[in-house]
Amino acid sequence: MTSYLLKRILMLIPLMIGITLITFSVIHLAPGEPVEMQMAMNPKVGKEARERLTKFYGLDKPLHEQYFSWVGKLAKLDLGRSFSSDGRPVLDKIKERLPVTISLNVVALVLEFGLAIPIGILAATRRDTWLDKGITVFVFVGFAVPTFWLALLLMYFFGVKLGWLPISGLHTLGSDNWGTIPYLWDLAKHLIMPVMVASFGSLAGLSRYMRSAMLNVISQDYITTARAKGLPESVVIYIHALRNALLPLITLLGFSIPGLIGGSVIFETIYAIPGMGQLFYQGVMSRDYPVVMGILVIGAFLTLIGNLAADLCYAVADPRIRHGEG
Amino acid sequence: MVLKYTYFYSIFWPRLKRNKLALVGGVVVLALFLISLMAPLISPYDPNEINAWHVLSAPSWQHWFGTDELGRDVFSRVLYGARISLKVGFVAVGIAVSIGTVIGLLSGYYSGLVDATLMRLVDIMLCFPAFFLILAVITFLEPSIWYIMMVIGLTGWMGVARLVRAETLSIREMDYILAARCIGCSNARIIFRHILPNAISPVLVAATLGVAGAILTESALSFLGIGVQPPTPSWGNILTSGKDYIEFAWWLSLFPGLAILMTVLAYNLLGEGIRDALDPRVKR
Repeated sequence: MTSYLLKRILMLIPLMIGITLITFSVIHLAPGEPVEMQMAMNPKVGKEARERLTKFYGLDKPLHEQYFSWVGKLAKLDLGRSFSSDGRPVLDKIKERLPVTISLNVVALVLEFGLAIPIGILAATRRDTWLDKGITVFVFVGFAVPTFWLALLLMYFFGVKLGWLPISGLHTLGSDNWGTIPYLWDLAKHLIMPVMVASFGSLAGLSRYMRSAMLNVISQDYITTARAKGLPESVVIYIHALRNALLPLITLLGFSIPGLIGGSVIFETIYAIPGMGQLFYQGVMSRDYPVVMGILVIGAFLTLIGNLAADLCYAVADPRIRHGEG
Repeated sequence: MVLKYTYFYSIFWPRLKRNKLALVGGVVVLALFLISLMAPLISPYDPNEINAWHVLSAPSWQHWFGTDELGRDVFSRVLYGARISLKVGFVAVGIAVSIGTVIGLLSGYYSGLVDATLMRLVDIMLCFPAFFLILAVITFLEPSIWYIMMVIGLTGWMGVARLVRAETLSIREMDYILAARCIGCSNARIIFRHILPNAISPVLVAATLGVAGAILTESALSFLGIGVQPPTPSWGNILTSGKDYIEFAWWLSLFPGLAILMTVLAYNLLGEGIRDALDPRVKR
């Protein structure tokens, strides 16, 4: 186990270097200078000021020097300062937004898995019935629904038409003076639609995956054995089969992280939620490149760590991996 | 031709034909082709014709899908939007499949250091939330449909690379590859003449599903205002005005979304159908 862990952690190093290289080249090899971008916002800035800015951001140095100085700062968790008028450190901005995005996604993940697992089991155990077919239809439609469109429809229906749910932000103005229970209730109401949208995206794929994992396990010999020794079907399904069918979902959890983080741009923008996705979108729109670079790197690192965590959980859960060649 | 002629008629096509859902998908895909080809002929109005007298009017016999905030006919705009979606879908997937196939072939055939390097590149690319990466690149480019296609293609080849690599690894060990090597075929000839045609069928599935994915991505980008720029109609940017006028014009949000949904669904059904028809393990 220890050697497996060590190996996995060592593997992170080249991947992290790769991530910084790609982020850096994406930003720097794209046509157009970052300083130009900042200038475009303010045409009055003269040539001298431009040179000063170029110097300030170190853009007059050769590319490799820029890369090393950027990585050096990154190692000290210094992501530079935002180009926006407040000029705050990018790291502070991200720190402020990250908890919102992460907690929203965790809630969405719980909901997603909570729904997908039973749906997958149902479809697999009642294979080829109308229920299974209905679920398949739902899965295909679910794959095809653009999340931002779903967000719009929900907004129209629950927000505009019925007026049940607020359509933007996380709090009603002044709700912090309402006391704890009303405050939390208000927060929950604001979260319902974004969480629905965030979890819907992968719900379809996840339930299909669960279905095939379950079908795969049910056809194994040990399930036949369990049935042959006269165990009730519910024990066979929920104890013997389910535990094995759940294993691959752990890996899937790791893989779904980038999708979730990427998807947050869409629903955070639509529902005006102050999370990392919205910050990224604002950064993109105002061409605030330290923010864009910072979030890109942090997002990729989070994915990397998420994948590692998923693999480790897998190793803990599955003795075949732990005791295998590892 | 990707599939051998006899194989196509004796195995692939009969199996695909039996899958009714896949056929429906195929018909919709064909219909979309026709619609985009004939958009100028069948759309009742010029998609960019502004009509100040019919601003945001609800669906009616004159305007089946209603009109938008400039009085433009939404039905015509949705028809024209099909052109953009198709173009983006095919070009982006073309780029992704070409890169993915070449990388997969090289990595599977040469193994060793080449393989390790290329597969680490795949791992690294997969760490980036794809949507973030696309947004970041597009930030620093002028908005244009060509950039969007390129960027979607350049960030979407990793799955194909892994598929082709896996196929190549097993094909490489076949006797006919050994035979080809014995008669002195060059590596390039073995890779492109003998391995590629046999490794391509899973790519066909990935490409069909990939078109659906690219259409979704383009519409999301256009919706966020970073994709196809108005006045050129795309399903995503019609939905942007749908969001702005959501309180009084539901039709602006409903119809373009349904168009995306139907298109993506059709490609997915067709892709899954092709997968099943190619898979010898699926029961007849």
